Amino acid sequence: MKFKLPLWFYQLASPKWFYELSGKLLPGFGWAALLLLTVGTVWGLAFAPPDYQQGNSFRIIYIHVPGAILAQSCYMLMAVAGLVGLVWKIKMAHVVAKCCAPIGASMAVLALTTGAIWGKPTWGAWWVWDARLTSMLILLFLYLGVIALTEAYENEASGDKAAAVLALVGVVNIPIIKYSVEWWNTLHQPATFKLTEKPAMPPEMWQPLLVMILGFYCFFAAALLSRARTEVLTRERRAAWVVTLVEEGG
Amino acid sequence: MPVQFDSLTDFFAMGGHGLYVWLSYAIAMLVFVYNMVASRVKRRVFFKQARRRLRRDLNKQHESKTS
Repeated sequence: MKFKLPLWFYQLASPKWFYELSGKLLPGFGWAALLLLTVGTVWGLAFAPPDYQQGNSFRIIYIHVPGAILAQSCYMLMAVAGLVGLVWKIKMAHVVAKCCAPIGASMAVLALTTGAIWGKPTWGAWWVWDARLTSMLILLFLYLGVIALTEAYENEASGDKAAAVLALVGVVNIPIIKYSVEWWNTLHQPATFKLTEKPAMPPEMWQPLLVMILGFYCFFAAALLSRARTEVLTRERRAAWVVTLVEEGG
Repeated sequence: MPVQFDSLTDFFAMGGHGLYVWLSYAIAMLVFVYNMVASRVKRRVFFKQARRRLRRDLNKQHESKTS
């Protein structure tokens, strides 16, 4: 392929450069996540008004929705990174894709379990086989499939490729999750945030949700960088700069 | 912006939905802790193994020189 990517992209593709830059960025994301998540949690649990129908059980939204959003964004990042790795043979892209999988899986678990817990007092059932819930469960299985494929090969590059292909095929599930509440009759309520419309909730309710979503994204950035750093070291363990790092005691 | 609860007991009860709300937040906490611990453990394991590899290589070099 002739198409050239910008210079910073190739710099980022250098493992050493990535390791140094991510070391500088990591604390910022970590502290931002801590601050946003603390503010958002206190705001959502104590200050946001209760829902007129659901009462206080609606406060589960402040972790359920960010978890679900992140599970999907993380999947998209994983698939795009996989594609970049396949097409431009950039090793760092596969590192990112591999490190996305366990984080995304944990977020999918969070969305599914908190959804079940929220469903019990609201719908009277922990689980229903409706489109939104089922497609979200499939998302979790896709993550587990990607993790399994990455680990399944003796040859690292083969595992990376197989996992990237599965991740790309699974992208078809993302619009299904998104539009499931519109295409099918469902118990699940429609999206809280839409780009084109004002939220159906009063500001006192959605403002803490926005803070929580930002907090989740910052946490994700920190977790991803942290995992990717170790993965880079593992893959580059024979490189001179990694050996020096180990000699200096990390 | 007022606090929505009259007392701490009220806050923990969450209008009868306490179990659901607090269980959800506990799971969220677990997911966050898992992500933090998992990445830290991986890093520690890498350095432990890398140091061992380094020592082994140094010993090998030493042996080949002395023999």
